[in-house]
Formats: sequence, structure tokens, C-alpha cells
Amino acid sequence: MRKNILVLPLVLILGALFTGVVLAQENLPTDDEVNAIARELYCPVCENTPLDVCPTEACRQWRELIRLQLSEGMTEQEIKQYFVDNYGARVLAEPPRTGLNWLIYILPPVMILAGAFILLSSFREWTKPKSVEAGTDEEREASLEKDDYVARFEEELKKRK
Amino acid sequence: MFAEFGYGVLLVGFIVTIYSGVAAVYGVTHKSAALVESARRAQLLTFPLITLSSLILIYLLVNNHYEVAFVYEVTSRSMPTYLKVTAWWGGQAGSLLFWSWLLAVFTSAVTLRKWDRDAEFLPWVIVVSSVTLAFFLGMIVFYENPFTRFWLVNGNVMPSMFSPSAVATVFTPQDGQGLNPLLRHPGMVIHPPMLYLGFVAYVVPFAFAIAALVTGRTDDRWTRITRRWSLWAWLFLSFGIVLGGRWAYDVLGWGGYWGWDPVEIASFMPWLTGTAFLHSVMIQEKRGMLKQWNMILIILTYALVIFGTFLTRSGVLSSVHSFANSPIGPFFMGFVTLTLVTSVALLIWRWPLLQSETEMKSMLSREALFLLNNLLFMGILVVCFWGVIYPLISELFTGQKVTVGPPYYERATGPLFAGLLFLMAIAPLSAWGHSTIQTLGRALWKSFALAAVVTILLTFTYTQNIYALVGFFLVTLVLSATLYEFWRGTRARQKSQKENFFTALTSLMGRNRRRYGGYIIHISMALMAIGILGIELFQKETQGTLGQGESLNIANYTVTYRELASWNSPGEGVNYTRSVVDIYENGIYLGQLAPRIDFYYDAEQNMTIPGQRSTLRDDLYILLLDWQPVSTMGATFKIYVNPLVNWLWIGSLLFLAGIIFAAWPDHDPAEEPARRNAARNSQQTSAAD
Repeated sequence: MRKNILVLPLVLILGALFTGVVLAQENLPTDDEVNAIARELYCPVCENTPLDVCPTEACRQWRELIRLQLSEGMTEQEIKQYFVDNYGARVLAEPPRTGLNWLIYILPPVMILAGAFILLSSFREWTKPKSVEAGTDEEREASLEKDDYVARFEEELKKRK
Repeated sequence: MFAEFGYGVLLVGFIVTIYSGVAAVYGVTHKSAALVESARRAQLLTFPLITLSSLILIYLLVNNHYEVAFVYEVTSRSMPTYLKVTAWWGGQAGSLLFWSWLLAVFTSAVTLRKWDRDAEFLPWVIVVSSVTLAFFLGMIVFYENPFTRFWLVNGNVMPSMFSPSAVATVFTPQDGQGLNPLLRHPGMVIHPPMLYLGFVAYVVPFAFAIAALVTGRTDDRWTRITRRWSLWAWLFLSFGIVLGGRWAYDVLGWGGYWGWDPVEIASFMPWLTGTAFLHSVMIQEKRGMLKQWNMILIILTYALVIFGTFLTRSGVLSSVHSFANSPIGPFFMGFVTLTLVTSVALLIWRWPLLQSETEMKSMLSREALFLLNNLLFMGILVVCFWGVIYPLISELFTGQKVTVGPPYYERATGPLFAGLLFLMAIAPLSAWGHSTIQTLGRALWKSFALAAVVTILLTFTYTQNIYALVGFFLVTLVLSATLYEFWRGTRARQKSQKENFFTALTSLMGRNRRRYGGYIIHISMALMAIGILGIELFQKETQGTLGQGESLNIANYTVTYRELASWNSPGEGVNYTRSVVDIYENGIYLGQLAPRIDFYYDAEQNMTIPGQRSTLRDDLYILLLDWQPVSTMGATFKIYVNPLVNWLWIGSLLFLAGIIFAAWPDHDPAEEPARRNAARNSQQTSAAD
């Protein structure tokens, strides 16, 4: 009789706890949802480390902040803007496309194209036919028809013997 | 006592280094062979001197001399002996000494070679080596002294090499701080010396290039002398980069091998110019072309090697402000700038002498395709360099700090890497001098057809991701074209030599080490590309907190949390927390994995060690992030599935094997007279031309 009296309150308490836990969990975003955003934000303190893998306590708190913001209905873009407003542009994986930052996007393709242009000019210069080259069409055609590879290979073999 | 002696030996080494450079210049300008010889011997002397000071430092590290600040910073009593030894390169001051020691080793080795045919190069090789070595020794002697000790002055502890005042006494802490636990992984123990071997070895070909510029020799001598140096430098640099990737994968806990971190890029940039150089120097040797461009490449490689050391050692990556405050940052920048300007000035002075000996006749010739290959490597270099530098420029000019992360690099370099894969397939099948669409097409159409078939099959069986399909098409193209090259060469030799296939293949490869080593490297690159495509495009991840007996699902896997144990290991100075999980795939039990967390007392730092199950098809990679020992026995796991990633490691091993094969010296004595005759014949032939 006495044992039954003690068990009942315990069951009620545990039941309440589990119910609360279950209810709370149903509303909370999952770790995967948090990490999907955290992966694209960078730790404001430790350089070049995404929030989703940063091991520090501060980063853990920032991840929980993201979870809270998601549960309040904020979108990914709004969350990112919050972090930029509070910690600066360095939290983004890429510089925002404003002002001087355009240089990071424009300069590499410009330089690669410049390199390609220099290369093309050099090719044109190098492939200019010399006047001394007076080979006949027939000779040129004959040389093309040869299997260049086998001929060259056999020549190399002879040299190495 | 030992610290003072070590410092004294270093100082003498510094003075001897300066003497060798000055004596070399005086010797050559005053035509004094005796002075040049004196410079050479001084250069040789740097090796025992720096070796001695390094051994003293290692002695201090191993014997817990915590009155020495460097020893205090990078070791602790609980560290095993081998880690105390490798702590030599575990911190700033020690790693600069290690760099200097390697350079002394290499320059001494160079000065020991036979100089009969190249006596005019010797003084200038000494000058370049001694300037570089003096720079590093100067930084150590004056700014980053590993022998600095702690002194007790009026109740305060301060670091100083020598006694700061008459009443000061040496202060000895009871224990050291210990090496960062992340640096205790075998990959990270070996990674810095490999990287530094690669970095420092590139000083040698650069020194010969400068000697060629100063003396005005326009023949191939400098590239032939340094060919093996360039290959070994490339080998060690490649090995260092691969080890860095493996270390990142094993201990950083983000399920990847490469994060486009500036420190990673610092080692990748000289690899890019070094790789371009290996290709374009072949054009110089075969066709007498690109002498100017090869000079540019070797100068860039040297500058990037110093710059890479600077990036990883100066703190500039944290902030331009810490750069300004760093004692060695401005010196590094000054040194790189000065050497770059001097080298370019010499190159400009000699530019007319380095004109091409022959003309390029076809846009599809091998030399043209190699040049295109170089353009792509330089494109990747521009992307990387600018990505590293831009945050500093932004902070300097606008005060705004920005992060340049993976999305920038991946978007920009992806097409360039694809272009390189394509060239890797077609360039080896092109001909020196002239190729046409017809000849190239004839050689390549089978490989193209096979690649197309494979890609179509993959569309039906594996993926419709367009990037993956393009990638796999190119990979198949490289593999089939390169293997076709092996087959074609072997068949040709079979016919001419009447040998069986295996004999013909081994003879062919043995007699053309450089070429077929290169082909092995191409195959390994294709395999690495498979791994990179797999993990970059198809990686899956999930994270969750489990009670015992609960499961997480990812891809076809189910991971069930079984148990967790935590215990101390005082002898190692570590607390271990080890979890055990059961692995099922499609309901079938596969076994257990044991992800764990190691907590190091001295550094007060956690290190997560993943549980990994590796197959050719994928890696299952599980991290224990957190646990709650009291309330629910819950534990938080992060799980990655990384498809095809192990082809990256297989390809890496084959890559290293290919370089070793290409670089291995030919020591067939019967071949020696034949090679000399061939050399004589080629000289006569070129004279006739």
C-alpha cells in the first residue's frame, strides 16, 4: 500500500518530463538543418573555419543561436544577414559583391584571358611561315601521311641501340 | 650552457654564410680561383655548424630544458621521446632552424658535385644559396631565437637570450605547455619535413638558373643539371601536400581532405609553378624553345616557396595588423620583393639571349599543348594567389575583413582542372613539331569512344549530375589514352625487338623513365580525380544525439549507438572517451566502429578521432562530438558518407611511385658509353643545323 503511493507521483513526474521533452523536440530544428546554414558561415574569431565544424564553445553557442532563429521562422538569408550585421562580412564564405570586392571576382578571369591572348599572339608569331621554307605540297602531304609516331619511335630505338 | 653554445654556433654559421657569399662575389669579380674555393669551403662549413646547433636544440627538447622558451612552448613531460624530437619543427623558431638546416644540407651537397664543366656557375650558385641561408639564419639569430631562455627579474619572468640584468637568474618552469594535439598525428609529424624538403630543394634549380643568367650561358646546361633536383623537390612537395590532406581528413573532423585554407594554398602555389616548369622545361630540351618562360617559372617557384614559408610562419593570415607587429613579417616581404626584383632584372637584361632556337609550326603540336597546359596552371595560380592576398588588401584599404572560402576557389578552378585533365589525355598523343586534327584524331578516337560509352553507362547506373558526368568522361579519357600509349609503345617495341609483351613493356619503361613515369603520374591524377569527384559532389552528412540503442540513418547505412567509456591515461597525459557503434547496411550487420575524443591535459584541448570504414566504393566516417554521461547517456554523432574518396589515396600513392620512377637515376653501365655517343652525335647534328 505504501509502495503504491510512492510509485504514483514518480510516474507522473517522469511522464511530465518525457511529454515536455517530446513536445519541445518536435518544434526544434534538427542538427542537420542547423549545420546546413552553419556550414556557410565562418567563425568571426578563428580564421577560415566554418561554424559547423568549429570546436569552440563560442561557435557552439552560435549554432544554438541559429537553431533558435530557425525555430522563430527566420529564413536562411535573414540569419546570414543577422550575422553580417553583428560580426561583419568575414562571416560569409565569399566577399559580398560590393565596392572593392569586385576585384576578387574580376581579376582572375581578366588575367587568364590576358595570358591566353599573349599565348595566341606568340603562336601567331611562331607559326609565321619563313621564306626559306620552300617545301613542295607533295612532300608535305607525304610527311603527313606517314605514321609519325611509329617513325619517331623507331628512330628513337635506333639511337638507343 | 647548452643554449648559449647552440646560439653561439648559430651565430658563427651566420657569419660563415655571409663570408661565403662575399668571397664568391669577390672571387669571380677579381678572377681569383682561390677565393671561389674558399667560398665553396665556407658553404660546406655551414652544414656541420647548423647540424651542431640543431642537435643541441634536439638535446634540449628531449631532456625537458624548460628554461628554454621554445622547449617550454612545444613539449611537456608526458610527451613520448619521438614527439619531443619532432617538436623541432612544431613551432615557429624551431621550424625556421629546420628550414635552414635543410638548406645547408642541400647547398653542401651541391658544392660537393663535380664542377669541371660548370665552373663558371659555381660562384653564383654559392651567392644565391648563401643569400637565402643568411636571410633565414639572420631571422633566427636576431628575431626568432629557439635558444631564448626565461629569466626572473624583480619577480617577473621575461624571455631573453642573455642575462637582462646583474640580478637576474634563470627561471625553469616545472613542465612545458606541450605540442598542439593536432600536430601529434603521424601525418602531421611528417608533413612539415616533406613540405620543407620540397620548398628548400627548389632553391637549387633557382640558384643554377640565376647563375645561367649572370654568366649568360644560354644552353640547356642549367636545366639538365637541376632536372633531378626539380623532380625530387616536386616529389617532396607533392608528398607534403598529400600528407596534409590525409592529416586533415583524419583529425580535423570535418570529413574532408582540403578546405582551401590559405596555409594549404601556400604549399599548393609553388606546386603549380613547379608542375608547369616540369612540363615546359621539356620543350626547352626538345625544341630549344621557352627559355624565357622557364626562367620566369623557376623564379616564380622560388618566390612562392619563400612566400609560402612566410604565409605559414608570419601570422599575416590572421590580420595585417599582426603582420605589422610580427618581427619577421616585414623581413619576409622585403626578402621576397628584393629577390623577385633582382631576378626579373637579370632576366630582362638577358632576354634577347634567350630567344627560341626553332619555330612552332602547329597549334596542336606537343609544345603548343604544353604551353596551353602552362596557361591553365598559371590560371589556377592567379585564382589561388588572389584568393589568399585579397583579404589582406581589403583590410588594408577598406578596413573590412572578408573571408575567401571554398565556393570562390571551387567555381574558379573547376573548369581549369577540367581543362588540364583534357590536355593530360591528348598532349601525350600529339607529336613534337607538328600534329593535325587528322593525326591527333586518329590516335584519340578510340579513347573518345570508350569515354563516351562509359559516360552513357554512368548516366543510367550512377548519376545524372552534369559536373560528375563531365568529370568521369575526362577521367576515362585520360586513363584510356594513357594506357593506349603504354600499349602502343610496347607493341612497337615488340615488333622491332621480337620480345614478348612483358619484356617489351619493362624495357620500354626502363629506357624512358621520365616519359613513362610521367604517364604513371597522369594515371594517378585521373584516379585522384575520381576520389575528388566522389567526395565533392556526392558527400552526404547527418548529425544527431542518440540514446543507447538508438540509431541514425544515412544513405544505406544505419548507425546504432551501443556504449561509451571514459578513462584516464596519466602516462600519456590524455583522457580518452571512446564510443562504440554498430554499423548496418541495408539491414545487414557490418561490424563496429569506435569514434572517440582524446583530451590532452597539458594543452587543455580535445581531439576527435573518427571511426572510419573504408572501401573502394565509399568511406563511412563517424565523429563523436559530445556526450552526456549523467542524464540520459546520450551522445552526439556526426556521420559522413564519402563516396569514392579512397581512390584519392590510391591515386596519391601511385602518384608518388610515378615520380620516384621518373626521378630514379639510370645506373646501367652499358648505357653510359651509348649515351655519351648519343650526346656527341646530337651536338654534331645541332652544329650541322
